[in-house]
Amino acid sequence: MAGLGSARIRPAPSSLFFFLAFFILLVFLPSCSSQDVGPEHNETSGPDRSTSQGSDHPHHNKNRSTTHKKTFPVLDLNFDHVRKPFEISLWILLALLMKLGFHLIPRVSQVVPESCLLIFVGLLVGGVIKAMKETAPILDSKLFFLYLLPPIILDAGYFLPIRAFTENLGTILVFAVVGTLWNAFFIGGMMFAVCQLDVTPQFKQVDLLSCLLFGSIISAVDPVAVLAVFEEIHINELLYILVFGESLLNDAVTVVLYHLFEEFSHAGTVSVGDAFLGVVSFFVVSLGGILVGVVYGVLGAFTSRFTSHSRVIEPLFVFLYSYMAYLSAEVFHLSGIMSLIACGVVMRPYVEANISHKSYTTIKYFLKMWSSVSETLIFIFLGVSTVEGPHNWNWIFVVFTLVFCLVSRVLGVVGLTFIINKFRIVKLTKKDQFIVAYGGLRGAIAFSLGFLLPDNETKHMFLTAIITVIFFTVFVQGMTIRPLVELLAVKRKKETKRSINEEIHTQFLDHLLTGIEDICGHYGHHHWKDKLNRFNKTYVKKWLIAGERSNEPQLISFYNKLERKQAMMLVESGSAARLPSLVSTASLQNMQQTEPAQRRAIPSISKTREEEIRKILRANLQKTRQRLRSYSRHDLFDPFEDNLSEVRFRRQRVEMERRMSHYLTVPAKRQETPSVRKVWFEPEHKVFTYDDNSESTGGGATRQKPRPPDAVDLVDESSRGTNQSAAEGDESEKLKPSRCLSDPGPITEEEQGDEAFLS
Amino acid sequence: MGTLQSSQGHSEYTDLAEKTGFSFEQIGVLHKRFKQLSHNEDILRRNHFSEIPDLACNPIRAQIIEAFFDRRNFSQGEAGRVDEIGFEEFLVVMSHFRPPSQRMTEEQRENVRREKLRFLFNMHDTDNDGTITLEEYRHVVEELLSRSGALGKETAKSIADAAMLEVASVSVGHMEPDEFYEGITFEHFLKLLDGFEIESKMSIRFLNMDTTTLCK
Repeated sequence: MAGLGSARIRPAPSSLFFFLAFFILLVFLPSCSSQDVGPEHNETSGPDRSTSQGSDHPHHNKNRSTTHKKTFPVLDLNFDHVRKPFEISLWILLALLMKLGFHLIPRVSQVVPESCLLIFVGLLVGGVIKAMKETAPILDSKLFFLYLLPPIILDAGYFLPIRAFTENLGTILVFAVVGTLWNAFFIGGMMFAVCQLDVTPQFKQVDLLSCLLFGSIISAVDPVAVLAVFEEIHINELLYILVFGESLLNDAVTVVLYHLFEEFSHAGTVSVGDAFLGVVSFFVVSLGGILVGVVYGVLGAFTSRFTSHSRVIEPLFVFLYSYMAYLSAEVFHLSGIMSLIACGVVMRPYVEANISHKSYTTIKYFLKMWSSVSETLIFIFLGVSTVEGPHNWNWIFVVFTLVFCLVSRVLGVVGLTFIINKFRIVKLTKKDQFIVAYGGLRGAIAFSLGFLLPDNETKHMFLTAIITVIFFTVFVQGMTIRPLVELLAVKRKKETKRSINEEIHTQFLDHLLTGIEDICGHYGHHHWKDKLNRFNKTYVKKWLIAGERSNEPQLISFYNKLERKQAMMLVESGSAARLPSLVSTASLQNMQQTEPAQRRAIPSISKTREEEIRKILRANLQKTRQRLRSYSRHDLFDPFEDNLSEVRFRRQRVEMERRMSHYLTVPAKRQETPSVRKVWFEPEHKVFTYDDNSESTGGGATRQKPRPPDAVDLVDESSRGTNQSAAEGDESEKLKPSRCLSDPGPITEEEQGDEAFLS
Repeated sequence: MGTLQSSQGHSEYTDLAEKTGFSFEQIGVLHKRFKQLSHNEDILRRNHFSEIPDLACNPIRAQIIEAFFDRRNFSQGEAGRVDEIGFEEFLVVMSHFRPPSQRMTEEQRENVRREKLRFLFNMHDTDNDGTITLEEYRHVVEELLSRSGALGKETAKSIADAAMLEVASVSVGHMEPDEFYEGITFEHFLKLLDGFEIESKMSIRFLNMDTTTLCK
């Protein structure tokens, strides 16, 4: 280790940690071998091992069915009783401990993506288990498709940036459908040619249909792998949505091709009619999946309308409806992934308008948590299965597969981009094409599909090749994509300010472009989007959103969210203590103003003034905050816990008081634009997620306490959450307290895109 | 789309093509549309625009129509308003929405940005004094929210005020107690919408526009 002082301390905890993890592993895992998690094996070997290995378990007589009376067993051992949940928990615990461990070693986690590390751990564990001559759990397809995959897809689909997705939908579809088809046929065809050329006997068995089946399995870009790698490199939104959208939408193609070729390889022959049916089946699978998802999404949105009295179970509705959508689609062999995405996308705007803030946070946290666990488990199991599975290593087959995968991906992307660029406004540059091609990672879906193949010699050969391709893409491409991105200076994700000005102009531009299209007489992209929005507003929202919020235009929701966030931040910093006196002074001064006579008069409400104050304080808070870390899917960045400390609080408070006294000494008689005064603002307005805990504990107390008896009621507007009605009778302010009572609506978060639906 | 109008000579199209950057086909299509809107006359008036049914539900309809009759958008450096426009002016205004071509230098791209942002700025700055004042900005937000009915003016005011605050913080930063913010100048506007990628956002695909016969 390096000889730095701090570094010397570091190895100790992390190595201790790893010792702990491996100790648990060594002690318990052998006792959990041969499980229902994988294919059925000899179970009786298990319990015997556990008794022999369990040195820390007291050795007692396991046999309880004795004929003679014995002393009452004070301590007894009955492992079978809890075997299955015990093992599952143990595996999950191990996975999470490994994940924790990686972050204790900072250098490694910056170079190697997490997925690689996890596979590596899986390899180790598999090796250990094999060394003990146990049979390890393999990544069973049922487990994978029914339990491990849905959380990841739901997490991705629920938080899909809708605006970017719909703007690039054409491109994504072309890549997903045409690209995957091209890959499948090219790889399948070329492998068949290779098999024909070679003379080894096992190649003779491989017919065209098997090769095509193999091609269809390995051609699909995997969303799990893409997410795992792309999240860490933070490229710009366009590239991210292209590759990720493609990986999601190609599921339909994969499902159809897989079933098609599987059926055909049983039947042996293909006719034109079958091919035609295949095409029809593609449309059925994809559109059917989407339809199922939409139905469940609407159901979920409708249900959420009535949950105002049982807020606690709101998140469950979201999860269950989505999962049901997935399962229902799988029943009919429709595309479960597309159904899940459609459900999440449809449900989200309405559900978010209906549910409480806490439920929203719960949903977000749970989805991230589950998807994180799933992803970790998938990669570890992949590693374990690699060591375990029956392999049939064939140099020629594997190498050619790898080469053809890369070649077909590059050719496909370049060729398709050439065609697509004729239709795009923002053309894809060579750099973009390279990243899209390089980001075509294969992952666990390919492995699981391969696992489902009927058991024969060729299956093992295929599986080996699939695993090799997966390893290559995840390790080599995954590790090198980060330096390549930096080398090529690809545009990175810009930190979304999401300021109110941008929001205003986004809306303005939307209407402007729609208007220009109407003037041109051109029914373009904007025209249809506008029509959809209007339809949504007049009909759909009335049904699916409870109460007054169904009429709220998007700009206002955005603004309210922003305000609420500011107010909460304000309260959090404990500066609310100063606020009432300040606002009362300000508002009293404002009351004396007459109606705005000239252009630059101060408006009659002091709300603006509060806004100012809030901004001042917020700016001060932000000044002392660290820069926002790059967003990772598995991080829920929480500024309050990470950055604020007691000392900083005190310093801030002192500074704020100084500024406020300065502010107050400025004569307010001048008729000037209230919106700006003289204070100093931090240019960056960062949008943070909000942590629940601080709200319940700190917020409530500080809010209620400092209220001088003569405080104007307007103070409530800033403290948000007390029950008094606004002094000014205008509707918007009345709207807000009533909404606060029922604690509705979430806070926008920086990674969530704009909702084109609400308008 | 190869048939050009026989009334307009080919040479005139060349002029227009050079001036605005449209291709001959696009100019032809737009000319057809112009004739359709103006009922085969040579000039367009405001009431012609009001006849477009789809435009009726657009909240910023008035401003869009005004933009066509605003001299500042005719790239001739003049100011003021007109009551009628010809095809050339129509085309010039439309050219603000052309997507940037792929092979553009950084400087050209910057010029395109400035041009488009200038168009937007002119739309907001209705009294042509070079700044967007608070009142004008409020008007913009009110118009945007005009379709929402109930919530109306007060909220629009707050939103506009918050927005102005933000502009001030972005462009001016620290201000002395005695200063106050006049309004958004064009430079501030540029800075504000810096990351907005307006050159690609404010574009319409003029290429596949043969639907003039279908609508209206």
